[in-house]
Amino acid sequence: MLSAFYNIAPEHKLRVIAPDVGGGFGSKIYIYPEEMVALWASKKVNRPVKWTGDRSEAFLTDAHGRDHVSKAEIAFDKDNKILGLRVKTHANFGAYMSLFSSAVPTYLYATLLSGQYVIPAIYAEVIGVYTNTTPVDAYRGAGRPEASYLLERMMETAARQLKVDPTELRKKNFINQFPYQTPVIMAYDVGDFHASIDAAMKAIDYAGFPARKAKAKASGKLRGIGVSCYIEACGIAPSKAVGSLGAGVGLWESAEIRVNPVGTIEVLTGSHSHGQGHETTFCQIIAERLGVPISQVSIVHGDTDKVQFGMGTYGSRSIAVGGAAIVKAMEKVEAKAKKIAAHALEASESDIVIENGEFKVTGTDKAIALPMVALAAYTAHNLPDGMEPGLKETAFYDPTNFTFPAGAYICELEVDPGTGKTTFVDFVAADDFGRLINPMIVEGQVHGGLAQGIGQALLEGAVYDDTGQLVTASFMDYTMPRADDLPSFQLSHTTTLCPGNPLGVKGCGEAGAIGASAAVINAITDAIGNNKLEMPATPDRVWHAIHG
Amino acid sequence: MYETNYHRASSIDDAVAQFGRGAESKFLSGGQTLLPVMKQRLAAPSDVIDVAKIKDMVGIDVSGDTVTIKAATTHYDVAQSDAVQKAIPALANLASMIGDPAVRYRGTIGGSLANNDPAADYPAAVLALGATIKTNKRSITADDFFKGLFTTALEDGEIITQVAFPIPAKAGYAKFPNPASRFALTGVFVAKTKSGDVRVTATGASQSGVMRVGPIEQALKANWAASALDSVTIAASGLLADIHGSADYRANLVKVMGQRAVTAAG
Repeated sequence: MLSAFYNIAPEHKLRVIAPDVGGGFGSKIYIYPEEMVALWASKKVNRPVKWTGDRSEAFLTDAHGRDHVSKAEIAFDKDNKILGLRVKTHANFGAYMSLFSSAVPTYLYATLLSGQYVIPAIYAEVIGVYTNTTPVDAYRGAGRPEASYLLERMMETAARQLKVDPTELRKKNFINQFPYQTPVIMAYDVGDFHASIDAAMKAIDYAGFPARKAKAKASGKLRGIGVSCYIEACGIAPSKAVGSLGAGVGLWESAEIRVNPVGTIEVLTGSHSHGQGHETTFCQIIAERLGVPISQVSIVHGDTDKVQFGMGTYGSRSIAVGGAAIVKAMEKVEAKAKKIAAHALEASESDIVIENGEFKVTGTDKAIALPMVALAAYTAHNLPDGMEPGLKETAFYDPTNFTFPAGAYICELEVDPGTGKTTFVDFVAADDFGRLINPMIVEGQVHGGLAQGIGQALLEGAVYDDTGQLVTASFMDYTMPRADDLPSFQLSHTTTLCPGNPLGVKGCGEAGAIGASAAVINAITDAIGNNKLEMPATPDRVWHAIHG
Repeated sequence: MYETNYHRASSIDDAVAQFGRGAESKFLSGGQTLLPVMKQRLAAPSDVIDVAKIKDMVGIDVSGDTVTIKAATTHYDVAQSDAVQKAIPALANLASMIGDPAVRYRGTIGGSLANNDPAADYPAAVLALGATIKTNKRSITADDFFKGLFTTALEDGEIITQVAFPIPAKAGYAKFPNPASRFALTGVFVAKTKSGDVRVTATGASQSGVMRVGPIEQALKANWAASALDSVTIAASGLLADIHGSADYRANLVKVMGQRAVTAAG
């Protein structure tokens, strides 16, 4: 971007090194003016230039997120089946167009308005608005939390108006047949929405809620329960699809596998790791395929002089696209290594299997260890005729479809009618991410996502005063969720394997942030018996919603 | 942060002398307010005089009907003090709710009172309990000490040395923290003196800083019970309004926290 569009330096002269950059959550995808100025200044004075943004500057200038005002209508037939959904959304872009500002409230938002439901007709009108705020762009979930929030608030509202249980109304309208073509572009490949909601209802003892509510009432607390069934489009994205929508780039991913002469393995990935744990998950993929210790594998990322061109980490795509690229490159490495092993063992290539770090002739005790195969590849003393020396392969993987992680979240909470303060009782999340490579990392991702979704629902918001000053420019005023603001989460997983990539994975990075907010607001409005409530549902707002 | 000269004072007299030598000196105790505002370049003292290491400035003493806390005693030490917990449990409880653990390990009672942040916790206790603030020059009653937002009766170069709290018959503090800063969005301290007088204060609520709450005092004088406040109405006029709480919400909090403070006091 810097060399193609800004003429800062020719691409081969430009090196970006960004190994550990803290978190990202979307805000580090973009090129900021400050970075351009630092480069320009460096050229001007012919010296290295360092720029540090402090916390308040980050509040002022890092892209903000969400900020939709939507009006929605939903129609049901006499059997409570959805007939149609009509949505009109005003989306704030801020003062300047940022990288994905216009894509977030359109391609990433309106295309998910079918949610987990059969909705025969959907009409969505989005009006992008320039305002005098900081630019608004992709933030963990990017468009999908907005879609999920709108639809799940509508389903809850509809259930209350129709006087039916909100889980029953959802189940009645779930998509049961896959693949399913929605009326808003997305074609869902696979899913089992009943499995998720059943798991969540069981985990929270949904049936026992009325008794718990009555008990809470006796001690002066308003207890509520709220459901949110989300679906998101991840694995972003087939390049052809995004090209047809006007994207300037393809959204594939690259991987290079270098098997060193001693048999250790380096994986060069375009999927930068800034807290996602790629260093573990990607290594696991390799270690499991070859049956070698994970310590034999290392991940290289975040340096443009080391790593080939890649497309990056966002939209919960790392495992589904970056991981798939690694698998594709590994398939090439393994194919070549098998040829070398077969040659050395005087066996047929088709008889070679990989087990415990060895290449074995199936059904025999003949084997050659990976380091010996690697050494043979680099000494090149005895390779099959015509084979190039070395053991290093690159693959570019372009997905064939989005992936569709989905799940059901249920939140139970209490509101203190005296102060409007919300306290969590329980929060259950039943997610379907396809195959889990590293369940602990997945759990961490869900925890973090839920914290952000809850933060959005209860605590966080960018506030400007009448003169345009950002009031929330420090953590003294901006309410960052802290551990004591959050419940202990109960997580579980149901699994339908994604058919669109070789790992069967869907992605998990944004799910919590996409699904949590609606569950929280549905629960608060259930507790207080007033459906009119804006995010963030601060104690002040909730108290006013109770007392008028 | 702009450049500044740091001095560690060895005694109260030394601190006062050092203060006088600087062009624009500031006393530094726990630094939980002064240092952040210096980092933000909102304050730029020429000299900071650190009083936190002065031996005479740290310690807690309970004798007779009085709890005396020296000015550079940390919130943590007050919260953890067996003597304070026994004599005025509401005061120890208040100290345990200030900020977060890091703030409580560094922040001090003298620093908090000298700063008189309108949402700080200590002013509520000092005013409700009718404490006396002792300085290097004189004694100032709580009623005369607080003069509005970030303003006190302290003169330039005057340093708080200790605070003397009369032990009450009953006292309680209830705080609704600002969700972001954890200062008091509204905190209410109720106290019944041994002579039967009732004093009630609110912090975080008023545009003028810590305040007495007359309607609650009247109701509690008649009947020391949380239910006595059911019919009390707090006027929203003159109360703070910001992104975390409107004035009418704060007015409600004064009443609700008042009730909870009475319940806590027993």
